[in-house]
Amino acid sequence: MPFVVVGVMLALGLYAILFSKNLIKIAIGLSIVESAVNLFLITLGYVKGAVAPIYTMAPAGKKMVLPTPQALTLTAIVIGLATTAMLLSLIVMAYKHYGTLDIRELRRLRG
Amino acid sequence: MEHLPILVVAVPLFVAFAIPLIDKVGGGRYAKEGVTVGSLLFSLIGMILLLKRVAALGPQVYVFGAALPTLTLPTGMKVPIRIMFEVDGMSAFMALSGSIAALAAAIYSIAYLKDETGKDRFYVLFLLLVVGMLGMELTGDIFNFFVFLEISSIASAALVAFRYYKAESIEAAIKYMVVGSLSALFVLIAVGFLYGKYDALNFAAIAKRMEFSWADKIALALLVVSLALKCGAVPLHMWLPDAYAEAPASVTALLVSVSQASLYGLFRVCFSLFGVKMSTLTVGWIVIIFGVLSMFIGVTMALVQKEIKRLMAFHAISQTGYMLLGVGVGLAVLGNPFDLKSYGLMAMKGGIFHIINHAMYKGLLFLTAGAVFYRAGTRDLNKLGGLAHNMPWTTVYFIIGAAAIAGLPPFNGFASKLMIYESVYKFNPILSIMAMIVSVLTLASFVKIFQSAFLGPQLPEYKDIKEAPMSMLVGMGILAFVVVFFGLFPELIVRTIVDPAAKALVDQASYISKVMGGM
Repeated sequence: MPFVVVGVMLALGLYAILFSKNLIKIAIGLSIVESAVNLFLITLGYVKGAVAPIYTMAPAGKKMVLPTPQALTLTAIVIGLATTAMLLSLIVMAYKHYGTLDIRELRRLRG
Repeated sequence: MEHLPILVVAVPLFVAFAIPLIDKVGGGRYAKEGVTVGSLLFSLIGMILLLKRVAALGPQVYVFGAALPTLTLPTGMKVPIRIMFEVDGMSAFMALSGSIAALAAAIYSIAYLKDETGKDRFYVLFLLLVVGMLGMELTGDIFNFFVFLEISSIASAALVAFRYYKAESIEAAIKYMVVGSLSALFVLIAVGFLYGKYDALNFAAIAKRMEFSWADKIALALLVVSLALKCGAVPLHMWLPDAYAEAPASVTALLVSVSQASLYGLFRVCFSLFGVKMSTLTVGWIVIIFGVLSMFIGVTMALVQKEIKRLMAFHAISQTGYMLLGVGVGLAVLGNPFDLKSYGLMAMKGGIFHIINHAMYKGLLFLTAGAVFYRAGTRDLNKLGGLAHNMPWTTVYFIIGAAAIAGLPPFNGFASKLMIYESVYKFNPILSIMAMIVSVLTLASFVKIFQSAFLGPQLPEYKDIKEAPMSMLVGMGILAFVVVFFGLFPELIVRTIVDPAAKALVDQASYISKVMGGM
């Protein structure tokens, strides 16, 4: 089931990136794709009925969920934050130059 | 000595974050430039030593946080759980090429950016970009590869937008940022697939257990497409001319090497991660088609350009096509030992040799374009003219670069292109003929730049311009020296660095056994 959600989110995000005309919407689309990927990673490490992977606190004999995907996701979230911040600041600059967020207006580089 | 793999990355990284501090406490006028150049020089020397070590002792590993840096498998474990760097001939070769370009570009920046503001941040980002590039080339862990890919794409987008007061720079940076992070996310999905299947993130550990089932095919497709996107192969090249043309010239020279790091990633995935377990003929042909399209469309688009850096950027796409073609032919015949020996390895050597040659001469050309822009204030070929009268050194450097990219002897482009023509001809004559036609067209368009920017009578508006400043000449000089040196002694270079790189790509078994122990 979570994989279906991942697929739907991925499709939505890609749709937003490819077809929306507004820069902010493209940034949102990118964030959605990113969340889809994070969800995908975290789902991979899920073990049914298991406890959080804290070695010293887990009761003996209980299964633990995989810690590695959680570490990966955490890293990916941090990177995603940096990308979003960077992209948004570029969009602010673009708005100052062009006075619009419509990508059809951002056409000075062609050919 | 065994700490070398980490030091070449860690020193620039440390210096990058020390620069704002050094700038705050004062420390002289050229303090930040000095430490930047110093740390890059350190990386370059470190890479040369590391290359020697790899040549003598085989692939080197560096495991983070282990009791011993060479302890790949923790006691009692069958899979590597720690992040590690794994340096073989190919990684060392790529990182060497990248660090030469980085050093030349940093020296060039000293004068080139003299009148710009925000130089401390420029050098921070510049060093981070170098760190991302070197990290991608040295790492032996696929998630770590993703992290370095993101570091380099964020740093390069910020550097493309360095001239934030120009609308075009911002536009190019937005395109680059969206494309870069989307392709990095695709890489991450592929990492997820591979991790979910094999429970490992290490290239060697995954490669050892590779089954090539449907999940692996999805991962392979995602990796190939996203890395081809990052290295600017046609039809995924639309961001590249914008980003290359709008970035400051010294950054563009480095971006050439950074794109090649993605190219390296593509080769590493095809050869070391999947290797003969996938249908190499199909994937090889996909890479070849990417290559041929890039060569042809890149050069035809370049012919119609009026703007000097944009024109060169389209040539960068076209030259990337040669590398894809050469190595793609090697990949296509990987499963067939006889063909591999008779021409496949030669094609790969040509493609790999072209990587370092391209990083050098294309870097040089972008730097000369920057020097023209610095003095004349325009990049429009219709407005330029007669610069040879005022800028003799820049003209000489441009001639060296242009002759090398067009494949004229005795410059380095000739050596690697000849290797590609000869060996690809045995694989498929049509491909080889196309490569030659592209080369002729390349020459035509560089003759056009040379004629319209440098030759002709002295124009009145450029009467008083001077030769480029010293540091820019030194930066260009380093690259020009390498171009000429490689062109004069191609056998030496092929024997010492190119041959081990090609063999390292083909020899998947030793890449795996270095980490996993005996097979």
